[in-house]
Amino acid sequence: MATHSQTAPSRAAHPQAEAPRAGQGSPALKWAALAALLVVALVAPFQLYPVFLAKALCFALFACAFNLLIGYVGLLSFGHAAFFGSAAYVTAHAVKVWGLTPELGILLGVAVAALFGLGFGFLAIRRQGIYFAMVTLALSQMVFFLALQLPFTGGEDGIQAVPRGYLFGVIDLGDNLAMYYFVLAVFLAGFLLIYRTIHSPFGQVLKAIRENEPRAVSLGYKVDQYKLAAFVMSAALAGLAGGTKAIVFQLASLTDITWQMSGEVVLMTLLGGLGTIFGPVVGAFLVVTLQNYLAGTQLPVTVVTGVIFVVCVLLFRRGIVGEIGALLKGRG
Amino acid sequence: MMELLGIPPQVLFGQLLLGLINGSFYALLSLGLAVIFGMLNVINFAHGAQYMLGAFAAWMLLKFAGINYWVALVLAPVLVGLIGVVLEKLMLSRLYKLDHLYGLLLTFGLALIIEGMFRHWYGVSGQPYPIPQALAGGHNLGFMFLPTYRGWVVAVSLVVCFGTWFMIERTRLGAYLRAATENPVLVQAFGINVPVMITATYGFGVALAGLAGVLAAPIYQVNPLMGSHLIIVVFAVVVIGGMGSILGAVLTGFMLGILEGFTKVFYPEASNIVIFVVMAVVLLIKPAGLFGREK
Repeated sequence: MATHSQTAPSRAAHPQAEAPRAGQGSPALKWAALAALLVVALVAPFQLYPVFLAKALCFALFACAFNLLIGYVGLLSFGHAAFFGSAAYVTAHAVKVWGLTPELGILLGVAVAALFGLGFGFLAIRRQGIYFAMVTLALSQMVFFLALQLPFTGGEDGIQAVPRGYLFGVIDLGDNLAMYYFVLAVFLAGFLLIYRTIHSPFGQVLKAIRENEPRAVSLGYKVDQYKLAAFVMSAALAGLAGGTKAIVFQLASLTDITWQMSGEVVLMTLLGGLGTIFGPVVGAFLVVTLQNYLAGTQLPVTVVTGVIFVVCVLLFRRGIVGEIGALLKGRG
Repeated sequence: MMELLGIPPQVLFGQLLLGLINGSFYALLSLGLAVIFGMLNVINFAHGAQYMLGAFAAWMLLKFAGINYWVALVLAPVLVGLIGVVLEKLMLSRLYKLDHLYGLLLTFGLALIIEGMFRHWYGVSGQPYPIPQALAGGHNLGFMFLPTYRGWVVAVSLVVCFGTWFMIERTRLGAYLRAATENPVLVQAFGINVPVMITATYGFGVALAGLAGVLAAPIYQVNPLMGSHLIIVVFAVVVIGGMGSILGAVLTGFMLGILEGFTKVFYPEASNIVIFVVMAVVLLIKPAGLFGREK
């Protein structure tokens, strides 16, 4: 039991129900479904509160970024809140104090998150499996203490009352609808980037590493460089989500950067389905909705979150999208 | 008055003592993690919550049953250990055939549930737990004042750590354990009940966390969140020490506690992150950890 802890390829992230590869299945049906989803996304803010939807989209992007690592490289990072949170702080500070436009503020946040990702990734990929998780977790705790102690972060209060500002200096993001469409655009850009990456030759190498790392090494791939590249990309996208969230809520706070937040994004991905394209999105919407609902009840949120975690791990490890995919496959 | 490196000795030794005490807890907790990891290959994320459970068990025994510290010191770890046994039987044992990450995720969920429930019931304010009469007061060592209870914590931690090390490395039972971590199937074939051994090991590791909790109760207050910060530091300790050896976990725990104490004297702002910085440096030089074996 103890002998193969470090060398075994990660089975946590098997794509039990991988989304159909391009050119397989029925592409017409797939595109129709995507178009329908897009229409729903465009119409949704007229039915539901746009800020709630924007929040869900931010977390969906965050979960997708996290899933790029766990689902397609087999690396469980437990420190992704560090990227999400640091980008939120940098964006909030840049927009509020330096008066940058929101898109520039977010870009700056993404750059900082990517830099952190480079440093963390460089250290963390030296260890594998659960050690990798522990290293990323510990490093992210370091960022948490920085956020608590650095002079510009506002300590326990965070950075509040961040102006949403004018996108490109023109579009007023103070309007919730405009804000929502901006977040939707950011989400789609990030999502498509991840989608393209997964289905590129680069993505195929990542999957090969996940399946059998020694074999990928023997085929001549510089595995560490691939892992690091994926890590930086995931960190940058998590930063994109965090920076955007800071603009939507006009707030960057310690909550964004605690390890509980890292756990939350793990839960979203696990609940939706590790290694599925849409799983993290579904998981994020469910968790955000649930939290919104629980906030109005007497039930303690962390306990409910923990119960879902345990149930997911014990009973349906494929997650919702994964289980549905497996069902469809079994029938077809 | 004599000064050492420009710092009054009272301050220096005071912080070193604090560091040593923190080190005692790091050592006890990383020891428990190492024992569990050795046998189950699970990083027990619930370790911090189980440490908190130990402290609350002692507090509840005193408050609701009037049971004193000395009895609680034995009874609370046993109770917490039994909870561990139940968790292992009901949940963890279902995951051994899967990737080890699932063990980490399950125990993470358990930690959320346990801490969330206590936070719901008791809020975030701490419950005071009195220092037992026999250990109240302190001694003047000439160069510093040593509170008796703190000396006691360090002593207990050293004894328990040494005892555990001795049991695993030097006794017959320990030999079975080590053999079973290498090749469970073979050991099972020799007629040793490996699943029971695994359950007992998890219970024992969890009991160690519970014991640390009881020891901590009079020093820090009994607080639902007392474990959640500590556990991350202990993870860093584990990464620095390397999971290879029991001795490594203990030595690294004490060393880093003392280092943290030093940092508090000379550069207080960095004291929260010094352990993580050490972790980064160690990873650069020895990715397997100071006492770990490279695989």
